[in-house]
Amino acid sequence: MSAIKLYVPRDSAALALGADDTAATLAAEAARRGVAIELVRNGSRGLFWLEPLVEVQTAQGRVAYGPVAAEDVAALFDTLLAGAEHPLCHGLTDDIPYLKQQERLTFARVGITDPLSLADYQAHEGFAGLRKALALSSSDIVQTVLDSGLRGRGGAAFPAGIKWRTVAQAQAAQKYVVCNADEGDSGTFSDRMVLEDDPYMLIEGMTIAGLAVGASEGYIYIRSEYPHAVAVMNQAIALATAAGFLGDDILGSGRAFRLQVRKAAGAYVCGEETAMLESIEGKRGVVRAKPPLPALAGLFGQPTVINNVITLATVPVILARGAAFYAGYGMGRSRGTLPFQLAGNLQYGGLVEKAFGLTLRELLHDFGGGSATGRPIRAVQVGGPLGAYLPESQFDTPLDYEAFAALGAVVGHGGVVAFDDRVDMAEQARYAMEFCAIESCGKCTPCRIGSTRGVEVIQRIQQNENRPQQIHLLRDLCDTMLHGSLCAMGGMTPYPVLSALNHFPEDFGANDAAE
Amino acid sequence: MTTQQDLARTQVQAILQAHQQQAGALLPILHAVQDTLGYIPDWAVADIAQAQNQSRAEVHGVITFYHHFRTSPPAAHTLQICQAEACQARGSRELTAHAEQALGCSLHGRSGDIGLEPVYCLGLCATGPNIQLDDKMLSRVDAGKLDRVLAGLKEAS
Repeated sequence: MSAIKLYVPRDSAALALGADDTAATLAAEAARRGVAIELVRNGSRGLFWLEPLVEVQTAQGRVAYGPVAAEDVAALFDTLLAGAEHPLCHGLTDDIPYLKQQERLTFARVGITDPLSLADYQAHEGFAGLRKALALSSSDIVQTVLDSGLRGRGGAAFPAGIKWRTVAQAQAAQKYVVCNADEGDSGTFSDRMVLEDDPYMLIEGMTIAGLAVGASEGYIYIRSEYPHAVAVMNQAIALATAAGFLGDDILGSGRAFRLQVRKAAGAYVCGEETAMLESIEGKRGVVRAKPPLPALAGLFGQPTVINNVITLATVPVILARGAAFYAGYGMGRSRGTLPFQLAGNLQYGGLVEKAFGLTLRELLHDFGGGSATGRPIRAVQVGGPLGAYLPESQFDTPLDYEAFAALGAVVGHGGVVAFDDRVDMAEQARYAMEFCAIESCGKCTPCRIGSTRGVEVIQRIQQNENRPQQIHLLRDLCDTMLHGSLCAMGGMTPYPVLSALNHFPEDFGANDAAE
Repeated sequence: MTTQQDLARTQVQAILQAHQQQAGALLPILHAVQDTLGYIPDWAVADIAQAQNQSRAEVHGVITFYHHFRTSPPAAHTLQICQAEACQARGSRELTAHAEQALGCSLHGRSGDIGLEPVYCLGLCATGPNIQLDDKMLSRVDAGKLDRVLAGLKEAS
């Protein structure tokens, strides 16, 4: 009998649920029984309630078992060898509805391949985009990205092609490509999954960006809270360089692109692009005033493309399959797909890549299965700590940049955090201000001082001191922060605060006031 | 004691040497010093400043800007509990209160050889509440699981 091929993920989320123990027990149990196995440490499929998800290769395809704790391993072997049914079996992984109903373009390989295997990567369309790009002129690459409609996935949704064109047209001896992997938003993990589970995809996307704009140096700025991502990216860069996919002569083209990882140091504001540039330069992560645009005067004062991980990771499939293929997904001006991240109090949290246009309710209920606690979902924060809280009455909004903007909300990086009916929205508003006070870079007054005053004002509302007057003051303060802050940190903290106040006034004592 | 500090000084000098040619090297240097010594001692600031041709005030400013950098030795073990929204939605406020009570200290405090620290997102937001004990991340941590983790630490020490 040939070796049984088994897959146990090495993604952080699987590790935090015991995947290493499961893998070690599988190996030990196989040795004890004299069964030959081939153990692959793949990425995660993003079905986190099933982690550690063990997959077994069969003639029909990969069969999923999960969640498989170390103590389940012996029984799993018994059924595997007997060809019997197992209560943790979910059938063919690809047929699990949660996966089957997705449109995985960017995440097509994630969870399937061994993240560091170049052979595996290439067997799954890897570097097809780079090979196409090497045959195109710089302006044709930029045009392809423009035509695809790809917009910045970090949250600002600025058209990637326009940014690239600006950098391509700038004249300078040295240009840079910087990947913003400072994924600090709570409720988001798609960047982390790309970094840990499909690192060559990001390398390929950044290399294509370098070819498009004429940059020979790239930086990936990864948060220090992601140690596994830092380690995997460093290994992937070394392996890709050794194999000629990076370096001074990419695939024999004579074109150069070198890449290095910079580890951040726990400052949320460094996710703001100019603060990130300061940090890479070795300074305090203080926001720069714009203009000049980083596209013209960015890293070390040179023209710089700055994109989020998902934006850059989506470029290879656009080059490989064509702009029209990618633009064929989505709605309105939101073209393509977004890897949504279902988080917080949901039964089935995970990674759901879908074309823009499905509703929040579909995400929460058809995929998420409602709350994990079984209680009604009362509020959902979309787009991270600076995103608005949406009440149930807005759950039928389609996930589209413009539709969310019309509500005073943001799609952002696609993080969706659900809260059940026990949430205290005044406390969530106070937390939003407190987080801003902790993380403000301090450069502008509305953010630095406004956030601290905001915490105090909300506390007074909570304690019922002069409530109507304090609510008036809070709105006034939010107006100042919204219009007077230098960047999104202070400028968007009012989103969660005002949405909480507007949609959940009862938590701010609206009903008590009538008494 | 002197020999120990001499050794540390040699290590810092080696780090500074290794990063001499790197553009914007200050963060990589600070990471390397903290990874090697456990924290960034006062005396190292002067060495780093000199090697980077910056003032001590500039280096101090960078160290204190970033939450990750420490200027005093850490506890033997660091327990971080995520305080961000996705974990709040799954009970991290209650878990934090439990940890503070069990350890008898508040966030940023220390109880024996365990330091209790907040962290804002480990990127495991579908399976919170999440904690990190030293370099190991753990998901779906309730009060009972936290108690077992702390008991395991006591047993090991």
